[in-house]
Amino acid sequence: MKSKLLKTEKEPYVATTDSCKQCAPLGACLAFKGVEGSVPFLHGSQGCATYMRRYVISHFREPVDIASSSLGEKHAIYGGGPNLKLGLKNVMAKYHCGVIGVATTCLTETIGDDTPRLVKEFRDEFADELECHGNPSIVNVSTPSYAGSHVDGFHSAVRAIVDQLASNVPAMENTVNLLPGFVSPADIRYLKEIVHDFGLNPVVLPDISETLDGPAASEYEKVPSGGTPVASIKGMGTALSSIEFGRCLANSMGAANVLEDRFNVRSRRLGTPIGLRETDIFMDALKEITCRTIPIKYELERGRLVDSYVDGHKYISGKKAVIYGDPDMVVALTSFLTEIGIRPVLCATGAKSQLFKTAIKTVTEEILDESPEVLDNVDFYDIEETAEELKPDVLLGSSKGYKLSRKWNIPLVRLGFPIHDRFGAQRICQLGYKGTQDLFDMIVNAVIQAKQDRSPIGYTYI
Amino acid sequence: MRSWTRWKKATPPSPISWHEIIRKVPAMTNTIFAERKDQVHRKGEEPFQMACDKESLAGAVSQRACVFCGSRVVLYPITDALHLVHGPIGCAVYTWDIRGALSSGPELHRHSYSTDLQESDVIFGGEDKLYRALTQLIDRISPKAAFVYSTCIVGIIGDDLAGICRKVEREKGIPVIPVESEGFKGNKRAGYNAACRAMFQLVGTAPTDDISPLSVNILGDFNLAGEIWIVREYLERMGVQVVANITGDGRVDDLRRAHGAALNLVQCSGSTIDLAKMMEDEYQIPFLRVSYFGVEDMAESLYNIAEFFKDVDPQVMERTKALVRDELSELYPKLREYRQALEGKKAAIYVGGAFKAFSLVKAFRHLGMTVELVGSQTGTEEDYKELHEITDPGTIIVDDSNPLELSSFLQEKDVDIFVGGVKERPIAYKLGVGFCDHNHERKEALEGFIGMLNFAKEVYSTVMSPVWRFTPRKKALYSKALETDVCHEIKAIEN
Ligand code: SF4
Ligand code: SF4
Repeated sequence: MKSKLLKTEKEPYVATTDSCKQCAPLGACLAFKGVEGSVPFLHGSQGCATYMRRYVISHFREPVDIASSSLGEKHAIYGGGPNLKLGLKNVMAKYHCGVIGVATTCLTETIGDDTPRLVKEFRDEFADELECHGNPSIVNVSTPSYAGSHVDGFHSAVRAIVDQLASNVPAMENTVNLLPGFVSPADIRYLKEIVHDFGLNPVVLPDISETLDGPAASEYEKVPSGGTPVASIKGMGTALSSIEFGRCLANSMGAANVLEDRFNVRSRRLGTPIGLRETDIFMDALKEITCRTIPIKYELERGRLVDSYVDGHKYISGKKAVIYGDPDMVVALTSFLTEIGIRPVLCATGAKSQLFKTAIKTVTEEILDESPEVLDNVDFYDIEETAEELKPDVLLGSSKGYKLSRKWNIPLVRLGFPIHDRFGAQRICQLGYKGTQDLFDMIVNAVIQAKQDRSPIGYTYI
Repeated sequence: MRSWTRWKKATPPSPISWHEIIRKVPAMTNTIFAERKDQVHRKGEEPFQMACDKESLAGAVSQRACVFCGSRVVLYPITDALHLVHGPIGCAVYTWDIRGALSSGPELHRHSYSTDLQESDVIFGGEDKLYRALTQLIDRISPKAAFVYSTCIVGIIGDDLAGICRKVEREKGIPVIPVESEGFKGNKRAGYNAACRAMFQLVGTAPTDDISPLSVNILGDFNLAGEIWIVREYLERMGVQVVANITGDGRVDDLRRAHGAALNLVQCSGSTIDLAKMMEDEYQIPFLRVSYFGVEDMAESLYNIAEFFKDVDPQVMERTKALVRDELSELYPKLREYRQALEGKKAAIYVGGAFKAFSLVKAFRHLGMTVELVGSQTGTEEDYKELHEITDPGTIIVDDSNPLELSSFLQEKDVDIFVGGVKERPIAYKLGVGFCDHNHERKEALEGFIGMLNFAKEVYSTVMSPVWRFTPRKKALYSKALETDVCHEIKAIEN
């Protein structure tokens, strides 16, 4: 059931109009893309895999192969086991992959295929073949879309990877596990740099920095290079600590929680580091783990960021923003907007999230007197209806809000997923001091440009 | 501080690292699955025989979509209907506003409506939710008709889609039509058929007054980038009335009186031929296969239409000839410039329906280019036979391909451009090959005479771009050229 809409007593809408979420297996595929040598595999009909590939490709502009067990009518009746096994065999033979990430779909969940059992059977029945292909790991995760959105699918997959692969076989020393959630390849590159500069070896899971933003190639790579090495995942149980981003992630869903329970690796749950306050907390965690001070490079980045906050604050002061997208990204952006003097008036997510509201409150209450409107499990129709009355000055979120931005003639700062109508989504860096800096410049400029465009005077000096 | 890459190298490898595996087994298998051998043909090597219309092979990463996708793309451009997807959210999300099918009026089709089934609906059935969603939406947006699409799990949980549709139709007084598009019940073509059956329910339900004896329905054009408007303008100049656009910039009311037209023009035969056949059986309306892509096909199509109507109006052929003459005299000089630059370049084609492939082969010939690879997701045996006839020896013909095959063909044939859809684009770009989007997402009109010019521009803009020389695959070639003789050699390669 939809959340109750602002100040309206009418019956909630039954249908979802212009969804603000994607389906669970898509999230799982994205997570699997971040493991070295892995091929995501959907157990279900062909259509789902093809659709998701197209959707993901349009955002990252990279080849994204997602295999499918391609069930037909008879499999839907007699069970998809044989096709799943045939598919796994074929993927193994053609891709020579190190990992196959099997996610279920609505269809196979509904017909009741016991995928973990089928995978186990496959391992037994095809032991020889597995051996000859270098024993690829097969990770499986249950992702019926009717039980959660792409956000849940993503986290379930990360958790499944850790649950099924992590051990305490050391891979290297001084590691810290970093579970950033669904962030951009550029973000991941920067996060690794930060952790590294603290003298630590980061194990980032998933690491899509190369697999979904690779260089031009002279030969087609069947499975793109990059991704978290399986050996490193196996060593996650020996890390000094785990840092997992996501204020909206329930403990029962956290991959770091698995590592803590099983291997006693301390889990540090932080907000996604956008803005000064959330990044400070991230830096503090690294300081604590290493007993080192923050490297001068980041002191400087921080200093410049504060300086720019001051330089730019007047342009944006009191502007009203509507933010929509994945819960943790919305929370992080809200935290950031709050500290630069933009007023978040509506924070919305298509996912169902019980922690969303509390998280928004936590990151805003220190500065804001009035809490923004917070809605989860909504679609763009709900967002439009609610936001219309709030008269926002700027929108932050995926491409899918463009129609609203056009209708209200206000700027849309494209962030999150999917970005289908702009170029370079994979290179947007919005985390840490540097990412926040880029974001800040982008937002200030969007507001300035809107004013400039609407002005009868062609200012060339602002 | 150790750099990240160096650190990565220092990582102790797992018992057998993935890279080692790759190195060990590269030659063990080639790129084509044994099961798919008969779906790939090289012209000239053996007598022509090709299998198609098979279910996609599990694990082969087919570029195909599902039954639902087939129905959805065909019906999607009907602009004043409600399109409600009954199923979990994904199926609706991935088809939201994905085609550049333009409308000259209503834009209901550009929204995505879904019943967004939840766990309890899957357990207890989704009929009640469907009923409430439908009635509420019809009240809210007042569509002219509603299409209700079935998806995979609806086929499994057994909701009585037709029953609910009938009930709502009675209550709301608009046509409410179930589309039997459960994803797993075949491939995209089955979806085309389901869409045709759905549309056929509308045909014949409204009066056919004021329809000229020189009249047609346009089937199988989806008004991507406004293409149907180009075709309509030609028909208008010929004096032919268009009754219904099926389905680009389509209207429910036009469909309802489509049986009043004298002739059905069928492009993209795969998607709408079934409707044309149903109309032929039921209303004795003949159909003509046409294509609006490329100079020859466009002109031939118009002539065939004129031929059909010449007894009704003896002047129609004259008007058509004049039209083609005017268009060509404007087009050819412009086209010539592109041809000069593109002569001898090599192309690869992989598209959804085979009809487009025919026209593309001819269009490339017009630009002086050769076609090295041509394939489709859903071609029929006759389609592939025809392709075999119109292509040159050595050309690879392929059915229901996948990224591994396509990439190996692109490399083998060292092509300059790959024509396909979004899923094919990154394969081309990764390998430093030019690309032209000939699919749903294109924003440039490629049909009509003007479309040929746009196509030439598209091809030119990618093939002749200076960026390729920097890509790893082409770089070697260019640096060698630079070593020997600078301008001379580069010119030779570029031409
Ligand atoms: S059936 Fe489920 S998994 Fe497949 S596209 Fe639809 S929502 Fe996603
Ligand atoms: S669930 Fe079925 S209908 Fe929906 S996208 Fe997947 S294959 Fe197509």
